[in-house]
Amino acid sequence: MTTEGGVQYSKIAEIKGPLVVVDDVENAAFDELVEIETNEGERRLGKVLEVGNGKAIVQVFEGTTGLSISGTNAKFVGKVMEMPVSKEVLGRVFDGLGRPKDGLPDPIADKFVDINGEPMNPEQREYPKDFIQTGVSVIDGLMTLVRGQKLPIFSGSGMSHNLLAAQIARQASVVGTQDDFAVVFAAIGVQYSEAEYFRRSLEDSGALKRSVLFLNTADDPAIERIITPRVALTVAEYLAFDLGIHVLVVMTDMTNYAEALREISAAREEVPGRKGYPGYLYTDLSTIYERAGKLQGRKGSVTQVPILSMPSDDITHPIPDLTGYITEGQVVVGRDLFRQGIYPPINILMSLSRLMKDGIGEGSTREDHSEVANQVYDAYSRAQEVRALAGIVGKAGLTEIDLKYMDVGDVFEKEFLSQATDENRTIEETLGILWKIVSQLPKNEITKIKDKFVDQYYKGK
Amino acid sequence: MAAQGKIVWVSGPAVRADGMSDAKMYETVSVGNAKLIGEVIRLTGDVAFIQVYESTSGLKPGEPVVGTGNPLSVLLGPGIIGQLYDGIQRPLKELSKQSGSFIGRGIVTTPVDMTKKWHFVPTVSVGDEVTGGNVLGTVQETDLIEHSIMIPPDHKGGKITNIVSEGDYDLETEIATSEKDGETISLKMYHKWPVRKPRPYKSRYDPTVPLLTGQRVIDTFFPIAKGGTGSIPGAFGTGKTVTLHQIAKWADSQVVVYIGCGERGNEMTEVLVEFPHLKDPRSGKPLMDRTVLVANTSNMPVAAREASIYTGVTIAEYYRDMGKDVVLVADSTSRWAESLREMSGRLEEMPAEEGYPSYLASRLAEFYERAGRVRAIGSPDRDGSVTLIGAVSPSGGDFTEPVTTHTMRFIKTFWALDAKLAYSRHYPSINWMNSYSGYLADIAKWWSENIDKDWFETRSEVYGILQREDTLKEIVRLLGPEALPDEEKLILEVARMVKIGLLQQNSFDDVDTFCSPEKQFKLMKLLVDFYNQGQQAIKAGTSLVDIRTMSIIPSLLKARMDIKDDEMPKLDQLEKEMQEQFKSITGVKVSN
Repeated sequence: MTTEGGVQYSKIAEIKGPLVVVDDVENAAFDELVEIETNEGERRLGKVLEVGNGKAIVQVFEGTTGLSISGTNAKFVGKVMEMPVSKEVLGRVFDGLGRPKDGLPDPIADKFVDINGEPMNPEQREYPKDFIQTGVSVIDGLMTLVRGQKLPIFSGSGMSHNLLAAQIARQASVVGTQDDFAVVFAAIGVQYSEAEYFRRSLEDSGALKRSVLFLNTADDPAIERIITPRVALTVAEYLAFDLGIHVLVVMTDMTNYAEALREISAAREEVPGRKGYPGYLYTDLSTIYERAGKLQGRKGSVTQVPILSMPSDDITHPIPDLTGYITEGQVVVGRDLFRQGIYPPINILMSLSRLMKDGIGEGSTREDHSEVANQVYDAYSRAQEVRALAGIVGKAGLTEIDLKYMDVGDVFEKEFLSQATDENRTIEETLGILWKIVSQLPKNEITKIKDKFVDQYYKGK
Repeated sequence: MAAQGKIVWVSGPAVRADGMSDAKMYETVSVGNAKLIGEVIRLTGDVAFIQVYESTSGLKPGEPVVGTGNPLSVLLGPGIIGQLYDGIQRPLKELSKQSGSFIGRGIVTTPVDMTKKWHFVPTVSVGDEVTGGNVLGTVQETDLIEHSIMIPPDHKGGKITNIVSEGDYDLETEIATSEKDGETISLKMYHKWPVRKPRPYKSRYDPTVPLLTGQRVIDTFFPIAKGGTGSIPGAFGTGKTVTLHQIAKWADSQVVVYIGCGERGNEMTEVLVEFPHLKDPRSGKPLMDRTVLVANTSNMPVAAREASIYTGVTIAEYYRDMGKDVVLVADSTSRWAESLREMSGRLEEMPAEEGYPSYLASRLAEFYERAGRVRAIGSPDRDGSVTLIGAVSPSGGDFTEPVTTHTMRFIKTFWALDAKLAYSRHYPSINWMNSYSGYLADIAKWWSENIDKDWFETRSEVYGILQREDTLKEIVRLLGPEALPDEEKLILEVARMVKIGLLQQNSFDDVDTFCSPEKQFKLMKLLVDFYNQGQQAIKAGTSLVDIRTMSIIPSLLKARMDIKDDEMPKLDQLEKEMQEQFKSITGVKVSN
């Protein structure tokens, strides 16, 4: 260890993958921020993953390319990684580590916050139940989003998840309120064009000045992706709980995040869980997703819409699987519907919003909402069975009632599911179409709706 | 002599400290300047391996580690009911008073309010011979819970030399003293018990009384007994948590311990918000008056998640020892197993399947063995039970993964959740072909004695219809429904009705959320009668279309929502109407 102007530097002993092992460490703490400095004066950031017996293992966010053992020093900063936050971050663009990327100076910090956050006390949470109208029928009608929820979009490569996420970000509103609203967007290892599409979409709708963007694109260092969602959520928490703003956080693509995590785990030679992902992937993801929510006595909220692409469209892959166990539902983009050119191509049977039951009904949407939605789910699921059967035995082998269900499936996809990217439907319009679908069925088939609603809304014969 | 050492290594929740030769296995220690709580899990020479129950961010080598001399224990006494604890019995409300909306570190609290006065009624007198587990008196803890103050189970026994008179006392007050061989022991209204050690009992009974949950597919088809074990595995979105909440709400037990082990924060909040407003269907009192919550959500420190299961089951055993039926619901044991895996990995142990430690199976077995219906030690005689229900979250919904397969070896009721049923919004999505209950034979006796003597036969008939449908579905898949004769088409039709009208249950519907055993039987009977009368009608030449379009069918299917538990005559009325309609479509009277 050498001392230079009061600052202590340590020598690098080993470099492997994204990690450096620092020797002669006397006073480093677990999780501490590290500045890695080369002889040429280049500075990179890292954090301590393991410390003891005079050594520290440090993960370098910008990667270790170009570092050498003799020409590199490590400086232990004496604090964990922090993000400066203030109201001025609105309208700004940052890189994946939270440094300005738009050519403007650092925003003047109101305070510095540990990017890892602290777990919300469940006793202090406020149960989310404010309906968010996204204007997208299939979400509002069948998998309602509420403030403080974490509702991911499970998609596959090349599908239209970004269109959908951008549409939600543009249109999301809580009916009948004028509360402050902001969007925090974290691009995690996505192509530049995707990030740019999102930025332009916010700009066109005039929402950019109420947004904060964190961009780690595909050509940026992979290990930085561990940090990107955390700095984004730190800013979101500040906006929500210190400034009372309702924040929608869109993070894309969480699959790249998990892959960065796997890279570190492999470099540390840890015992892997499924598909080489570390055994603590669930716990690690939860420290991101669980940062959504509302708190008692505070005005704002953090709502998360993470996007992840399922490798080979496989929902049982560890990343979507563990995500689904943490998030409050999932919106699944279906390859078949996408191929048919339907937008948004959402497979409603695999999708679900766990918080829907408390966000809908009398006083927020309408009292018949839950039952008509259940009936439509049931009908569409029957329609899918009948379609599968018709593929084998032909239409001739079907009963009359089976044929009715096939019609229901068509009406559902053409009139309810399909929607233009700039079409903003009210909840009344959405419910109207749901009843139109139910009205295709004979009354005898309506088993999930109470008679009083059937009498009021049913238009069939 | 408490161990005093120094940290030499930190990696996540795992810490190594040297100078710890005085430390004991599973002793709790205070770690670092921030005084974090940890537990010794391995000793090598003078180096102790410690799992830390709080975030270790900022912890440095060289900071002190101090032993407490005690194993990880819970405090047992009045004031536990209605609490929300973290994994090591710290009340989350107290934590929020000290650190606000987010959970801080190094906070010291007591599990219950030690200064609160409770009205104590003694039940022993000076001179009485007592042993460990003996009841000293009672305290009305909540409207629903009469709390027996018991002598600690490891007490050596002796004579009562002093006992306070009826009155209000706080927990630190000495309420009695006992004496044996010249040694006097002071007794208070609470004692501590190490969480990893099962509380002793006198003897065990076979579980033969059903735990009624008000959920038809559970009570009628795959019942669980009081003191039994059950497991509910399912992929995400199959409704595990809703089903567990339903059990916690409606089970006919006196105490419910709900452990949120590595699950969502909002789910615990939901219980906290909802339970005080829900009324126990049997007593009419708020459900929170019988519930204890242990919450270690997924983003809270992973080591405390491992402890939360033991904290919960020890509290459950304590109330069992008072002679109460206790249900413990653990959501989810997979997250608990993952915390074992994580610590095992940091200990660099040789992994078994999928990285889980080789002792996963024995840990699961030890946990589920703490269930049972027992006679408690000490007098007076008390019989209580702990029913253990664990959720399993198999990765990828694959039931062949280690946690599910090992769990199946140690439980007797298996509720297999099915993603396909959930996708078609058939809730609860318990698959009737893959689930089983090892208690069915024992419990059938209770149903035939208390509800209806034909219960078992009727259940078998309905189950038979579902089994026939399962075979017929294969044929339909290949040849289409028109390939079947009418009698078999009727089986498909009735199976559909059984699924909609009996197996499905809407937990968000005010009426349907809970179903009394009488109504469960009656609904089942209606459908069996419909089937039998339908078959007779077909034999008599009636066409299936006429049966399918009977106007009674929607009423039969909606009876679960439309007819309340106290409106049983309406179900009889429905039965009559059904017979009338069969009569009119066949033109002849169909005998029942």
